[in-house]
Amino acid sequence: MPKPTKIANSLRYLRFTSGEMTQADLAARVGVTRQTIIAIEQGRYSPSLEMAFQLARVFGVPLEEVFQYPDAEN
Amino acid sequence: MSYEEKRAWVYAAVAVVVPVVYAVTMFGRLAGTDVAQISYALPLLIAAGVGIVANILTTMLIGAPKGARHSDERDADIFRYGTHVGYFVLATGVGGAFLLTLAGVTHFWIANALYLAFVLDALVSSIVKIVAYRRGF
Repeated sequence: MPKPTKIANSLRYLRFTSGEMTQADLAARVGVTRQTIIAIEQGRYSPSLEMAFQLARVFGVPLEEVFQYPDAEN
Repeated sequence: MSYEEKRAWVYAAVAVVVPVVYAVTMFGRLAGTDVAQISYALPLLIAAGVGIVANILTTMLIGAPKGARHSDERDADIFRYGTHVGYFVLATGVGGAFLLTLAGVTHFWIANALYLAFVLDALVSSIVKIVAYRRGF
């Protein structure tokens, strides 16, 4: 089954490099459930633009360091 | 499993169990009886009422998680998606009941067709939500 979203993300890496932040901590800082963070990390959910910016702001990085979109259709 | 996904499972379970009990009761009365003579109104109302109460009580029983959010934009998106799909099932079922009315069949079949439409709406919307939670959305 294809992945529901083509948007890739670096959330797991960013959490790890931010003092091994837990999914629960990140969820609390963005104001979502831990299950939503898990779903985003696994590519099962594309967050809204607003949530994407909030996630990037937590790590203090530009949006494209958190989310990436492939250039061409594969 | 998130609180909202648990609620979707509860909704699906209630949408199966209550109508099955109702259907078994009705099939027992159908055997060798003219449908126009069957008293179906009270069992139908009881089934609808039990379904609503069972959903409320079971949702209270699973309880929302304390100290953490139990719903967010993903839950809202999935809820809207499931409800949207369920709407088409409900509309089709109500359309079927409308045709039964035009055909002049007994109230028994029309009432039960409407009940079936609501049950299938609840079941399909719950399944769509569960699949969205499990496989992604």
